Amino acid sequence: MNAVNKSKLWANLKSKYSIYMVLLALFLVSWLANENFVSVENLLNISTQISVGTILAFGQTILIISGMLDLSSASVLALAGVLSVSAYKMTGSLMIAFIVAILVGVLCNVLNGLMVTKFKAPPFIATLAMMTMARGAALMYTNGQNIYQIGDYVVFGQGRILGIPAPIIFMIGLLVITWYLLKHTVFGRSVYAIGGNEEAANASGINVNKIKMRAFIINGIFVGIAGILFMSRINGGMPNGAIGYEFKALTAAVIGGTSFTGGIGTASGTLAGAFIVGFLDNIMVLVGVNSYLQQIVRGAIIALAVIYDIWAKTKRTKQKLGNAESK
Amino acid sequence: MNLDIKLRVSNVEKFFPGVKALDKINFAVRKGTVHVICGENGAGKSTLMKVINGIYKQDSGQILIDEKVVDIKNPIEARSLGISMIFQELNYMPEMTIEESLFVGNWPRDRYGKVDWKEIRKRTLALLEKENLNYAPETKLKDLTVSDIQMLEILKAISYNSDIIIMDEPTSAITQKEVEVLFKKINELRERGTCIIYISHKMDEIFRIADEITVFRDGCVVDSRPKENYDMETVITQMVGRKVESIFQKEDIELGEQVLQVKGLTNAGKFKNVNFEVRKGEIVGFAGLMGAGRTEVMRALFGLDEYQSGDVIIKDKKVHIKSVSDSIDKKMVMLSEDRRRFGIIPVRSVRENVSLSSLKKFIYGGRLHADIENQTVEDLCKKMNVKTPSYETSIEALSGGNQQKVILSKWMVTDPDILILDEPTRGIDVGAKHEIYKLMTMLAKQGKAVIMVSSELPELIMMCDRIYVMAKGEITGMLTRDEFTQEKIMAYATATKTQ
Repeated sequence: MNAVNKSKLWANLKSKYSIYMVLLALFLVSWLANENFVSVENLLNISTQISVGTILAFGQTILIISGMLDLSSASVLALAGVLSVSAYKMTGSLMIAFIVAILVGVLCNVLNGLMVTKFKAPPFIATLAMMTMARGAALMYTNGQNIYQIGDYVVFGQGRILGIPAPIIFMIGLLVITWYLLKHTVFGRSVYAIGGNEEAANASGINVNKIKMRAFIINGIFVGIAGILFMSRINGGMPNGAIGYEFKALTAAVIGGTSFTGGIGTASGTLAGAFIVGFLDNIMVLVGVNSYLQQIVRGAIIALAVIYDIWAKTKRTKQKLGNAESK
Repeated sequence: MNLDIKLRVSNVEKFFPGVKALDKINFAVRKGTVHVICGENGAGKSTLMKVINGIYKQDSGQILIDEKVVDIKNPIEARSLGISMIFQELNYMPEMTIEESLFVGNWPRDRYGKVDWKEIRKRTLALLEKENLNYAPETKLKDLTVSDIQMLEILKAISYNSDIIIMDEPTSAITQKEVEVLFKKINELRERGTCIIYISHKMDEIFRIADEITVFRDGCVVDSRPKENYDMETVITQMVGRKVESIFQKEDIELGEQVLQVKGLTNAGKFKNVNFEVRKGEIVGFAGLMGAGRTEVMRALFGLDEYQSGDVIIKDKKVHIKSVSDSIDKKMVMLSEDRRRFGIIPVRSVRENVSLSSLKKFIYGGRLHADIENQTVEDLCKKMNVKTPSYETSIEALSGGNQQKVILSKWMVTDPDILILDEPTRGIDVGAKHEIYKLMTMLAKQGKAVIMVSSELPELIMMCDRIYVMAKGEITGMLTRDEFTQEKIMAYATATKTQ
């Protein structure tokens, strides 16, 4: 009995922490492969580079766990970013610029949420529509031109606190918030329940629409912040910026063990997923891998992550059958 | 060599990680017989059926058809060997029509490779006529009842010329009347020489339909005999491995004041003018055929569906329940008939499933307190006798009976006054059923008002103080304990007020 429990515990640990072991292994291999990989500056660089995508990924994580997703996050990021930059140029207030970005992010996601909860549109379609609209709005507002000379606005993306780049601090802050929301609040529990079985969650007294709407609103706040960081890091308001970032975010979440069938996922897993991609990109550049090959590798990693997710699930089901039969 | 034997299972073993699910299974099914397999959930009967149907591969031992060893790799091969399986949980595509579904995966094609719809229509009509069934081939499956779909599955098996048909608890979701139709069909098939392997817990059915009975327990065959050499007590004793009183003794519980009163509840097209009341400590039954509107009434009461008119009075206060959380606030909860769909959150732990409806109770200062939650979950699961390796185990890993107890625990955390239990013992084994009955008695003793919807008349008669009978959306009769007989209930259940 004890031995069985121990082996079960080990299996449990293995499935729970496998993603971190992969991250550690990748770190060690990269260390061996290139002496420039492990240096404070390179590691801070990697972390700063992945910060915007990772912040989007935290929002995606919450949405995916509840059985939804957001295809519009990169476009809304661009819209929130250019409006925020423009607000800063008009008012000179960093505070107002910050608030504008968040408001835009939230507003777009309230619309996403309404489409999904009131009109019962599948999240894929609803956010696909928003993706197209938000990008169009950003281009229309700027007339397709980049906004330059953004002055002190760069502090969000390029400033440092105690030597640590600000984007990393934002990323860690939002990691903690996402972790806390998912783990320690009624909202988080409801998110897992809805993704696990929406009808049962509803029949258990959870207000499904309210929780879905909140998930979108939180996602909107994260997207707004990501918009500020992105524009600030590239020194300008770029309506065509961050194209494809929604997929970077989805990639990090999926590699981090968030299940697309809902009900499973963690904030720290997503962070690990983002670092796996970040390390991989970095080491491939350091050892001089052909840039087209880099893309193929990145895609293959996603396929592997999904295959692992499905494999782990079938294993669980089989174990379940085994357990049931043993009773 | 016995030519009379159609299917023989010889020393079949199957292992799952850490578990021996099948332990040297031996038995044989004779031509043209109904062979009943019974056993508690987890006894290994479904695993064996999956081996026979090619879903699992045995680790050792052999399957023989007509005394020849066969190697069944998948269900398609099983089908070509004449084996068809009708699953307990029918999976079907609601948007398909009858004719599409009959030939699914096997659609006749013309010489250009296009699906030959004319041929399908022709064959479907011929099949329906031959089997004396009255369906329109273009009807969509979503418009059919469970028993219709079951009948189609049987039809499909016939169309494949199957001579071994496995039925896994076919009567768990159909009404008495539909059971009769099913049994008639089974008898026809038997006369034609088809073997039926029939899995069931229901004693009365088993003894009506079986030619031979095999009892499974803990992955082994306990015994296999012709029906004539068995009696009910023996089967039950062999199934559970201990003596269980086959009849549960209802305890006398003093009834308190009225807790719930429903007046003229109406939702057009589903139910109308429903009146009833429930008192403290009372177990009130709802009988009726499938589609009589019992579940619909309960769903409306619980805030899952709306109702158009009528009053709901809880403890002398008129209430209008608009959502499930409303209902929970009014201390009324409901255990759904469909555990998988409306009950469990499959990927999450026992703990999370238990605390789901009462999360606010564990919040202090905006934060969920794990220690209070764990304590509450542990206390209740012990009280409810939930058997689980740990509270962090995924609820999927538990047997049906234990899942049901977890859901009951979930509702007990909310401290309800009124419990609506819709088919609380569906799909769970004899031992677990008794535990549910015991828990219901315990709850009634604590002064809870219990509403029990069930399609199994014996359990209603055994457990209830009063029984309301519904037919076509209306209450057609009410019986008190001294009036309970299956005949009376069935008379009301098949009656209509308008006629």
